[in-house]
Amino acid sequence: MNKKTIMGLPREEFFVSGSRNCAGCGFPSIIRIVTKAAGKNTIIVNATGCMEVVSTPYPQTAWKLPWVHAAFENAAAVASGVEAALKKLGKNTNVIVFGGDGGTYDIGLQALSGMVERGHNVLYICYDNEAYENTGIQRSSSTPKFSWTTTTPIGKKIRGKKQWKKPISQIMASHGMSYVATASPHLHIDLFNKVKKALSIKGPKFIRVISPCVIGWKIPSNKTIEIEELAVETGVFPIYEVLEGELKINYKPKKLKPVKEYLMMQGRFKHLNEKEIRVIQERVKKHWEHLLKLEKMGRIYDVIL
Amino acid sequence: MSKYPVIKKVGNTREYKTGSWKTMKPVVISEKCIGCGKCWLFCPENCINEIIKNKKKIFEADLDYCKGCGICAEVCPVKAIIMKEDEE
Repeated sequence: MNKKTIMGLPREEFFVSGSRNCAGCGFPSIIRIVTKAAGKNTIIVNATGCMEVVSTPYPQTAWKLPWVHAAFENAAAVASGVEAALKKLGKNTNVIVFGGDGGTYDIGLQALSGMVERGHNVLYICYDNEAYENTGIQRSSSTPKFSWTTTTPIGKKIRGKKQWKKPISQIMASHGMSYVATASPHLHIDLFNKVKKALSIKGPKFIRVISPCVIGWKIPSNKTIEIEELAVETGVFPIYEVLEGELKINYKPKKLKPVKEYLMMQGRFKHLNEKEIRVIQERVKKHWEHLLKLEKMGRIYDVIL
Repeated sequence: MSKYPVIKKVGNTREYKTGSWKTMKPVVISEKCIGCGKCWLFCPENCINEIIKNKKKIFEADLDYCKGCGICAEVCPVKAIIMKEDEE
C-alpha cells in the first residue's frame, strides 16, 4: 500500500460521526490518523478534557476501540496499569494515551513523568490546543505569551498571558526517553509515520500534535487546517523528533513566514501591537535557531545522571 | 448492569445526528472532483464518503452528520466543493 498519499492510508475507522465536538474542531483528524496508524489492537486511555467530553456522551461513544476515561491528573498512571496488566497477560497490545495540554503540561505532568521514569511501554499523545478549552478557555501553561484567554484578559496593563509557553517536548526529552516528537495533522503522512515509528519502539513515547480550537483561538471553523499549516510555516510550531536523544527537524520551510500571518488570523491575538508581534517574532526565530543548533549536536538528551 | 459505567456498543454516537447543527452545507461539483481524499481525511465529523456518481469515484458529505464547518471546501485543491446555505 502506498502510504505516501491520503488514499493509501488504511480505510478502517476507529472514530465515527456523531461526536459532539464543535464544528471545525482540530482533534478528530488527529484521532483518525493516529488510530489508523495504530490499528485495532489498541487500547486508548483518555485524560479528562475536550476530547473525552465530546467523544463519549454517556451512554454513547464515538470510539470503536477499548477506551478508558481517566481523570485529568492520572491518564499516564492509568495507562501504566493497563500496560502492566497486558504485560502480565503476555499480550502485545498498543496502549495510547490522549491528553490535552491541560492534562499534559499542567495537571497530568507528574503522572506522565512517573510513567516515563518507570519505562512503561505506552505512547502518550498530547493534542495541544493551548488552553482549557472545554471548561471555558482558561489559560494553561501551554497557552502562548500575549494570548487572550478568559483568565488572561486584555487591558492596558495586562496584554494577555504574561508567560511564555512551557517547553514540554524538551522537558519530556530530558527524561532520556527513546522517542519524543511534534507533529501536525496537515502533514498527515509525517504524523502517521511518527505513530508507526513510536509504536515500534519499546518503552515510553511522547508525541505532541497541534490542535487548533475554533472557539478558544477565535478562528473561522473552516480555517483549522490552514492555521496548522501556518503555525508550521512560520516556525511557531516546529516539526521535529528526538530519537534516542538525537534531535532531527523533520520539516524545514525554505524560509519561515512572518509570524504576523499566523497571529493575525486568530482573534486571541487580535489586540497585539507591532512591538508585541516583534517580541514574538524574535522568540520564534531564536527557538528555531536553537533547534538548528541542537540538530547539529548529535546525541543531546541521553545523558542522565 | 456493571458496577461501573460501561458502554458496550461501540461507535454508537451515530445514533445522534449532528447534521441538525449546520447552517451551511457543502455541495460537490462532481465533474471537478479528482478523488484525492483530502476532504475525507480532514473532515472533523468523519462524514465524507467515497461514492460512485456517473461511473466516477467522488467524495460527498453525509448531511445527517455534517456540521457545516467548511473545512472540506477550504482544503479541496481543485475547489470542487462550495458551501451553500442550508435551507432545511
